[in-house]
Amino acid sequence: MAVANAEPLCVLTFDLQGEIFAIEATRVREILDPGPVTEVPGAADFVDRLINVRGRVVPLADLRLRLGMEPRPPTVDSRFVVVEAGDGPDAIAVGVCADKVYEVTELNASALEETPRIGVRWRPEYIRWIGKRGADFIVVLDIDRIFA
Amino acid sequence: MSGSDPTHTYRQEAADLLEQLESDLLSLEGAPGNQDLVDGIFRALHTIKGSGAMCGFERVAAFTHHLETAFDTVRKGHAVATPELIALTLAARDHIGHLIEQPDTTNDAAGIAILAELSGLLMPAAAAPVATTWRLRIRLPRDAMATGTNPLLLLDELRELGPCTIVADTDAIPPLEELKPTDCYVGWDVTLTTDRPRSAIEQVFLFVQDDSEIQIAPLDEAVASAAPAAAPAATPRGEVRAIDSIRVSATCLDALMDRVGELVIAQSRLKQIASASSDMQVKSAAEDIERLALELRDTTMGARMVPIGQLFGRFRRLVHDLARDLNKEIAVVFSGEETELDKTLIEHLADPLIHLIRNCADHGIESPEQRAAAGKPAQGRITLAARHLGHEVLISISDDGRGLDRARIRQRGEEQGLLAAGATPSEAELFGLLFQPGFSTAREVSSLSGRGVGLDVVRRAIMGLRGSIDIASKAGHGTEITLRLPLTLAIIDGLLVRVGGGRYVIPLSAVEECVELDAAEDARTRGRSFLNIRGSLVPYLRLREIFATKAPLDPYQKVVIVSAGDLRVGLVVDQVIGNHQTVIKSLSRLHASLGTFSGATILGDGTVALILEVSHLLAVGQGREERFKAAS
Repeated sequence: MAVANAEPLCVLTFDLQGEIFAIEATRVREILDPGPVTEVPGAADFVDRLINVRGRVVPLADLRLRLGMEPRPPTVDSRFVVVEAGDGPDAIAVGVCADKVYEVTELNASALEETPRIGVRWRPEYIRWIGKRGADFIVVLDIDRIFA
Repeated sequence: MSGSDPTHTYRQEAADLLEQLESDLLSLEGAPGNQDLVDGIFRALHTIKGSGAMCGFERVAAFTHHLETAFDTVRKGHAVATPELIALTLAARDHIGHLIEQPDTTNDAAGIAILAELSGLLMPAAAAPVATTWRLRIRLPRDAMATGTNPLLLLDELRELGPCTIVADTDAIPPLEELKPTDCYVGWDVTLTTDRPRSAIEQVFLFVQDDSEIQIAPLDEAVASAAPAAAPAATPRGEVRAIDSIRVSATCLDALMDRVGELVIAQSRLKQIASASSDMQVKSAAEDIERLALELRDTTMGARMVPIGQLFGRFRRLVHDLARDLNKEIAVVFSGEETELDKTLIEHLADPLIHLIRNCADHGIESPEQRAAAGKPAQGRITLAARHLGHEVLISISDDGRGLDRARIRQRGEEQGLLAAGATPSEAELFGLLFQPGFSTAREVSSLSGRGVGLDVVRRAIMGLRGSIDIASKAGHGTEITLRLPLTLAIIDGLLVRVGGGRYVIPLSAVEECVELDAAEDARTRGRSFLNIRGSLVPYLRLREIFATKAPLDPYQKVVIVSAGDLRVGLVVDQVIGNHQTVIKSLSRLHASLGTFSGATILGDGTVALILEVSHLLAVGQGREERFKAAS
């Protein structure tokens, strides 16, 4: 089922374990080089760390654990992507680990499909759309649901 | 910048006026003859009407005009401010508030009803003259006699109005060489009792009032009555107004606070760098900056401090209305209104305090008949007091009512399965039951309370402010609830500690002392985690276990003893690093539900450290202590 909205979707694409994921560009606040992290004992496993973003304390999440992947150590290309999750008064800033950040790009509405119920490797409830660009599949994540 | 929109300005101005109006009306109830209050009320109504007409609030202006006309009869002395009149005027004030908030949707019917009742009340009252005692201060101009005024005739006219006592003020009479016989140097202070209205007195001075200083004021009747309600009336109204102040938007103040917080963080980084450097100039500059940053921090935090009297003031109306609704006589007394609290704290305290006051009025204070039967004065008293104690603010709400019924609480506790049958709980534990959700000893649920929803919500609200709440009570005499709150939410002094590879901050105000953990003690099994501190047993918790730290154990463990109220617990850490100026950053909702941490902060090297929630750890420690006691 194709997406009804005719406008192209502007997204930031990044790599997690060889797969290309994307987050709506309007949700992305900034991209940082990895820095010191502080563990939070007792927190949920996918968001068990904190980072300092210019004086603000921001939770750091490893989406791999949320999506059902295995955790992996960071590489030289790893980045922290600070995104905004939630709406209005519930909006919070969260840092997301990425193995490699690609670019901000546009996906045509015709290229976006709703997530099929079966056949998708990762937890489908956290995926908004699956986009196609050339031969690649791009998984557009639902940031609000992931951090609800 | 706001202020250019007349509607907005009017709303702000009207809000202030309405607040003052309510306060004055409540004071007037305790001192019906106080002309200053009546004048103040009249002026407030007049301003609300005039500015309202100017800013487009026609309905407000129209309604207030009628109210003003009605109240004018009181001002002229033709009517007395009875409690019914005051209650009606308070209702009218509320109606004005509604008209201002929602000028289009507020129903006129309520307003019309109020005005009708008001005129009904005032018409018959106009006929009854009341004998009032007035104090007059008469100071005529120097040339009064030269221009034909005979002061003695004025005094005779006053004597015609009623019995007076006249005292001459001869302070201004100069020595004989300088005396001019045609000049009037003498003033008079007169005490006059008359049943004529004030206008009759003013009439006497009609021809001299322009140049003279004539002050007419009724003697406060509150002096005669024994009611403690007189106390708020005696406070000079103008006192708070005299403070030089300026309106600042709350967002502006918050932004300022954020900047200062970040400055403190940056300054602590500079301090680290300077201490590692050997450059004396850098060190000296860093010291100066530290001093300035701390002073700035203190001043800014001071700017956010608001006297709690602001909050207390709102409660006068609440108690007044509660007393009427419950058909009880209740007076409210305040002490420590000048005690200052952070402004955000004040806002969060309003609801819990309202609930506690409702409890006092509903369950605590007995009806006048019950009180008489118990030998108490018919009027019950609720006292709200606030004071500083170290780093905390103590707020107490007490009443002189029936107190808590221990037997009933125990019975309820057993019925609800919270207490084992035959158990002997301590008083603290027994009263602690009241905070359980759903616990209520009320036999009936009134519209105010009794559902058992309130106290646990109150406690959670207080704990959310990092405070604590205690109940004390004496059956037959009354109940006292004490709230302990930290002075500020934003910046605290902390103790930095290390557990494994992570660093954590413990609020210094909770820290009692640090001791070494004896190696032998350390080797013992979990079940016996108690320290002997100068004779008393203090349970301790290994933070390494609570945090599931994987780093290797340091050889010499330290214990930080923390406390709040009567509870103490030792927290075992790998290293006590030192004091740290902690700017509190709140945790996002992803982490806020973790009980162990109340917030986070940024250390001098830029890393994040979590701030421990002492009350949570105390509860864990207490749980262990109880299990230990139960087992032994």
